[in-house]
Formats: sequence, structure tokens, C-alpha cells
Amino acid sequence: MARGIRDKVAIIGMGCSKFGERWDAGAEDLMVEAFNEALADAGIEKSQIEAAWFGTAFDRVHVGASALPLSTTLRLSNIPVSRVENMCATGTEALRGAAYAVASGACDIAMALGVEKLKDTGYGGLPAGSRGPLPDLWVPNGSAPGNFAQLATAYSAKHGVSAKDLKEAIGHVSWKSHQNGARNEKAHLRKAVPMETILNAPMIAEPLGLFDCCGVSDGSACAIVTTPEIARSLGKTDMVTIKALQLCLSDGVESGFNTWDGSHFATTRVAAKKAYDEAGVKNPREELSMIEVHDCFSVTELVTMEDLHISPEGGAVKDVMDGFYDADGGVPCQIDGGLKCFGHPIGASGLRMVYEVYLQLLGRAGERQLKNATLGLTHNLGGAPHANVSAVAIMGRYA
Amino acid sequence: MSGTAGITSFGAYIPRLRLNRASIAAAHKWAMPNLRGMAKGERSMCNWDEDAITMAVEASRDCLTGRDRGALEGIFFASTTLPFLDRQNAGVIGAALNLEHGIASLDVAGSQRAGTSALIAALRGAGDGETLVAAADARKARPASASEMQFGHGAAAVTVGRDRPVAVLRAHHTVTTDFVDHFRGEGEEFDYGWEERWVREEGYGKIVPQAIKALLDKAGVAGGDVAHFVMPCSLKGIPERTAKLFGVAPEAVADTMAESCGDTGAAHALLMLSAALEKAKPGDLILVVAFGQGADAILLEATEALADLPARHGVAGALAAGRREDDYMKFLSFQDNIRLDWGMRGETDNKTALSTEYRKKDMVTGFSGGRCTVCGTVQFPRTHYCVNPNCQALDTQEPYSFADSPARVMSFTADWLSYNPSPPFYYGQVQFETGGRVLMGFTDTEAGQLEVGSPLKMMFRIKDYDRDRGYRRYFWKAAPASPGKEA
Repeated sequence: MARGIRDKVAIIGMGCSKFGERWDAGAEDLMVEAFNEALADAGIEKSQIEAAWFGTAFDRVHVGASALPLSTTLRLSNIPVSRVENMCATGTEALRGAAYAVASGACDIAMALGVEKLKDTGYGGLPAGSRGPLPDLWVPNGSAPGNFAQLATAYSAKHGVSAKDLKEAIGHVSWKSHQNGARNEKAHLRKAVPMETILNAPMIAEPLGLFDCCGVSDGSACAIVTTPEIARSLGKTDMVTIKALQLCLSDGVESGFNTWDGSHFATTRVAAKKAYDEAGVKNPREELSMIEVHDCFSVTELVTMEDLHISPEGGAVKDVMDGFYDADGGVPCQIDGGLKCFGHPIGASGLRMVYEVYLQLLGRAGERQLKNATLGLTHNLGGAPHANVSAVAIMGRYA
Repeated sequence: MSGTAGITSFGAYIPRLRLNRASIAAAHKWAMPNLRGMAKGERSMCNWDEDAITMAVEASRDCLTGRDRGALEGIFFASTTLPFLDRQNAGVIGAALNLEHGIASLDVAGSQRAGTSALIAALRGAGDGETLVAAADARKARPASASEMQFGHGAAAVTVGRDRPVAVLRAHHTVTTDFVDHFRGEGEEFDYGWEERWVREEGYGKIVPQAIKALLDKAGVAGGDVAHFVMPCSLKGIPERTAKLFGVAPEAVADTMAESCGDTGAAHALLMLSAALEKAKPGDLILVVAFGQGADAILLEATEALADLPARHGVAGALAAGRREDDYMKFLSFQDNIRLDWGMRGETDNKTALSTEYRKKDMVTGFSGGRCTVCGTVQFPRTHYCVNPNCQALDTQEPYSFADSPARVMSFTADWLSYNPSPPFYYGQVQFETGGRVLMGFTDTEAGQLEVGSPLKMMFRIKDYDRDRGYRRYFWKAAPASPGKEA
């Protein structure tokens, strides 16, 4: 088995734009906002960046194809820049490119930047459109909430959870994220919302109501990485390193074979196991200080608590209702508000999660700072429950 | 060739939605209060994803219940509402039924008697094999017209051959005369009709009797011997009056289904014939007459073979499966008689890559997946590598059709965000009992009808309309296997 990249890559600078309906800003403005913060944080010159990975998913509604939008916007002079896209897991995919480049020794300092400008479509939700000539012929014209809502029916059926109990548990998931998001000035949605409002909101895709769905936002996030040795030579003493970076994709078994029950993410279970092995985590429930997961929908977060092997199978409803994932719980989840409230600019989200873990590990998270944060996990998911891309990263303080 | 030509099987399909005629009258009360006089019963209406092709596919599947499709040599499709003016519509039905190879196909159109004319052509040309004759119509009617009240949507299908017919041909006769009671010109959505009193007297009163007389003379049969008098007609009392002219007993006059279904146009004679065959006893004489720029008259005799046909949904099943619809605005929208503001999500370009559609025709139109010959796993779509993680054999899958496989709901949602002409959009994972699962759209589904584990049946439906180019693409959808509750 390969040794992985544990402690081979240090994050020396991060930036994140204000997320939200940024009517004032185009993708280029958002990129510059995130990049300038990251560059200043790293304390290096732009010319020291030797390679970059550019993550964006819906290029057709904003920047268009290729990595040129990044290289020209930031005037990255003739260095290799790659565009990556892996649905909503694009942000982590960009980080993976940069981290591997540094870990392999191909370059000393690399950058990952994710961006999405979604609010130039004229309507709410993710952009609709062709999914390719063959899928258009047979795949139902469903939506993201429609795809993820199906977790709820399958989860209820499998675990014998009543529709009402499940609705309350996923309601608590969103309630908690609103509580957290209210304390994050970069978040898209900054209002605490009463449970009653959450439970009685208009239906989007049954049983998901409006507050079970994350915000569709504009935003950008950026990470600059190098090796711990180079970081030290740059004068960094307080350091965050990548402990694990795993990616797992569906192979069509969930959607085409007869074994998957529709209630969980087969990919996340594998990616999480591999990440714990790579990071040397034996008991995630005890060892993880915090997690940032892909709560595109409240029910996604709920089942992910089991898929990350933190809640026992069938035990997520109880853990959620017990407040285990609340800000003052055993493993705070979405302390920055998550996709739900920080927002979800697709290509930026994976990096935004890492940004929050980075801030918490360095003790720079302001009024939402957790005590003794030493190890954080991010979970970034693209696709739908029956066919998806699941990325799990673990970051920790470098001893 | 051996044996007498005749009908060897039959089937029917009526869309599940039945528009309450009182809701039509109520909508037009401000302008046309007299419509109230016609507001009895219900008329069938297509769901937004149904047309003449999809209805014909369903009627054909009903007709082919338990039959060897390999015996079919031809498919004739009769309709005055063919979805395509230039693209063999019968060919789409053939592909949906996986009937394609070496089969003859023909679209028959242009008259309300297209269904009976297609039937006569098939009977006249009957050889050793079988011909499927499908007829379907989904006529649009101008709002507040009498036609809007009278029309229904539906389909029927029969197979014609010489091997154990359930009804043999005794005689047929056709009168052709250019009597224009109504017409629908090129590019027109709606019919234009002449005075009803003239149609009644000069058309039904003279042309139809001429055809019947010639038919009975040819067969040497008296009107009193006819056990089932099948005459579609929206005008009240006309079939009874015509039957009486020839001494046909009043109880032999078949129900025109005016109050339960409405007049299904070119399909109606075959739909009523199917209903007659469901009730017929061996030896019964069935007279079918259809009016339209002349008249077709056909005399059939039911045989002992009727008893051997496997049970089918049929007209009785289709009538019983109706669900009353009281929302006239829904009807208008489904008919495209009114354009609602569906928002920007409804603006998606649904251009179809015709080369892809052709390459994947058996998958998309025929709902054919694969069965791995190594491990036996049934899967959709058919792919190079077997989906079974313990097999993954390369290029071992043979075609496997999902169209008639029993299935159940694995997961589902009611999606209010996606564009759908009948929101919410119900869709989910469908698990087939033979193995294999497919993420599918549901149709003919109401709130509260679906649960994990609910039994489903597959139906051939329109997936998307491409309004910019006048194209529509078809795929299969899942519908609850048991009919839903009344609205």
C-alpha cells in the first residue's frame, strides 16, 4: 500500500471571498478577492507560485472553458495551470492537484483556486440544461434536491424512522447550521432561524423544504501549498498539514446493481476509511476536533454522519437530536455555517471547507473559534446519492 | 395459406385521466351557457406525456398479451393526429414493441375511418403471419366547441391473421364519397365542421346505410342476425336509428362510450370492436361501420378461439382505471391550448441528437438493457463491463427487455423545482424484480400514492418536447401498478 501524502504538504496560505448573491462581482472579482487574501497570508510573491489548479464546475454560466480565466485574471505568467471539474467535489479536486504536485516534488509552491459565479442565470437553484446527448434521452429531468431527497425515503424505510422524526432531525441539521452561520461574516445566510420556520417551509422536493437546501452562492476560495520543509524555510512555525486526501467515485453499482439500498453514500464510506488509514485516525468520533461536510441538503449531512463512521449506522438521528454535531457538541459540524449558510459556490466549496478547518486549527476563527482544535475533516461530494464523487480530506496541526 | 382471415387478438388503451364535462361547461358558462346541455359524464384526456403513438403502444401491448411477437410481419397505424407528418409513426411503435426486424409498416391517416380502412387492408392482405393494426387519436378541440365535449383520447389494436382467429371476416364493403362534414387543413390545429343537421341527414342518414346494405347483401345476412352493431357516432340516437333501419335489435347496438370516454376518432371503431369482442360469444355476428368521406363496413363472426385468449386489460379494464379530473385549466395546458409561465427552467433546449437516438434505439425506445451471460445479472443500460462487482465480465451481455418486468419503488421524491408540465415531478429509483434498477420518471401518479416497495408497471411515454424544432422524444416511465384514488 502506498504511503500517501500525510504530512508531506503544508498549507501556508488561504483565502476566501465573501459568499452570497454577489450582484456586485463577477468570477474575476471573486477570484482576486480570495487570491489576494491567500497570497498575503502565505507571505510570498505571486511569482513564487509554480503551478496552479483551477476548479470550476458550471463554466458555461460564467467563465467558460479551460484554465485561462484563472491564468489571465491573476496574470500568472506562463506557469502550468490546469482546469479541473468533478461536479460539486471540484474544490477538493483542485487542492488534490496542487497537493500532489508539491508532494511529488514537481514544484515547490502550488496553488488551488475554486470559483463559481452562479447568480447570473436569472433563476434560483443550480443551472439546468443538457446532460449530454444520451442521458438526455432517458435520465429523468430531476433536480439536485430531487436526487438527494430520495435518501430520505430510503433511509426511513431502512431504519424504520417515521417521516416526522426524520423531518425533525434534518430540520435540526439546518437549525444548527443557521445558528453557526450567523456568527460568520463571510457567510451567505447569516440569520438564525426558528425550528418552526424550518419545518413549515415550502416544499422543494419532498420531504426537503426550503431550509433543507443549501444556498446557491457566488464565491471563491484559494489555498497555497508547499512542503513543510519549505514552509519552515519561509519562516512558518505554526503549521497546518494535510494528513489525508482521498477521492472515491461510484462505479455504477449503486445505480445499476441490486445491492445498494439508497439510504447512504457507498463512496463516502470507502473514502473515509482510506482517509482515516492515511491519517492514522483510529477512532474518528473521539479524535476529530471538527468536521465540515457536504450538506448540500440537510438529509445529506444526516446520513453522512454515518458514512464517515462517526455515528453508528442508524444512529445519526439520535446523535443529531442529542446535539452531538452542534457547536458545543462532541464533534462540531459546519461551525462556519456549512454549505447551508456559508453558501455553495460549487467549485469553491471544497476549498472553503478547508479554509474553515485551517482557521480553526490556527486559532484564527474569531467568535466561532473552537477550543483545542487539532484535527479537522472535510467531506466534499459531487453528483447524486446513486452516482457520485466523494472527497474526504483531513488536516491537522504539524507537530 | 390456410384458414380464414380474421382478428386473432385485440386490446385497448384509454388514458387514465377523465375530464369531468361539467368542468368544461363551468369554464365556458360566461360565454356559452348552452354547453351545459352536453355536460354529462366524462371524456378521456391524454396526460401531458401521451400522444397517439404512446397510446397505440399501450393498446398494442394489451393486444399482444401472451402472444409470440415473432409472428408479426407488419404494423399498420391509423390516426388523424400522427405526431410526425414525415417520419414513419408506425416505426416508432414497432421499435417500442421491439418488432423491428423485417417488419412492414404503414401509417394510415386522413379520415375518421382510417382505423377500419387499415383493418380492411390487413384482412385483405392476410398471409401466414400476423399484422398488427393499431389506431389511436388525440384530437385537439377548440375551447368551447362541441368537439371539446364530444372528443376523447384513446387507442385500440388488433392482430390480423389466419391462425386461430377469434373473429373471422365474413364480408366488408367501402363507400368512398367526398362528403366534407368537417376537415382539418394543413397546419391547422382544429377541425372546422358544417351544420350538424346536414351531417345527420345527408351523411349518417344516407352514406352509412348504403355501406351497410351492400355489406349485408354481400354476406347474405339479415340485420336481425347481427349481435353487435358497432357504430361510432357523437350524434345522439344515430346508431340506434341506423340499426333500426336494418332490423338490428336495439340491445345489439354497442355503447359508443360517449359518457365514459368520448369519441376517440380514428381509433373509436376498433375500440368499440374490442369492447364487443370482450363480450362476444362464439357465433356472434359483429357489424362494424365507420363514417368518414364515405363509410367502411365490416362483418365479423366470433369464434370458439375467443375462450383461449389470455386475460387482458381491455376496454373494460381501461374504463375502470379512470381517474376523474375536474381541472379544466390542466386540460387546456396539457393540450397546449394555453401556455403557462413555467419560468426559466422550462426554457431548456431539448434538442435531440438523432444519431445518438438511432445508435441507442433498442435501449431508449425498446427499453432494452443487458443480461450478463456469465453471472446472469440483469442491468440497465447494457454496457461493456458487467455491473456486478464480483463479475465485471467484458462484452458478455445479451439484450434484455425491461418493458414488461414487474418492478417496485426503491426511493422516490416529489420534485417541485424541476420543470415538469404536471408538477410535482415524481421520480425515483425503480428496482426490477428480475434484478436491475433504473432511475426513472413516474407518470399517472398522485400525491400519497407512492411508497417504498409500491408495485410499478412500465409505460411508453413522451420524455421531452423540443418545441423549437417540432420534435419529441420518447422513453419509458413507471406508473403505479394499481389505479389511484379518485381526486
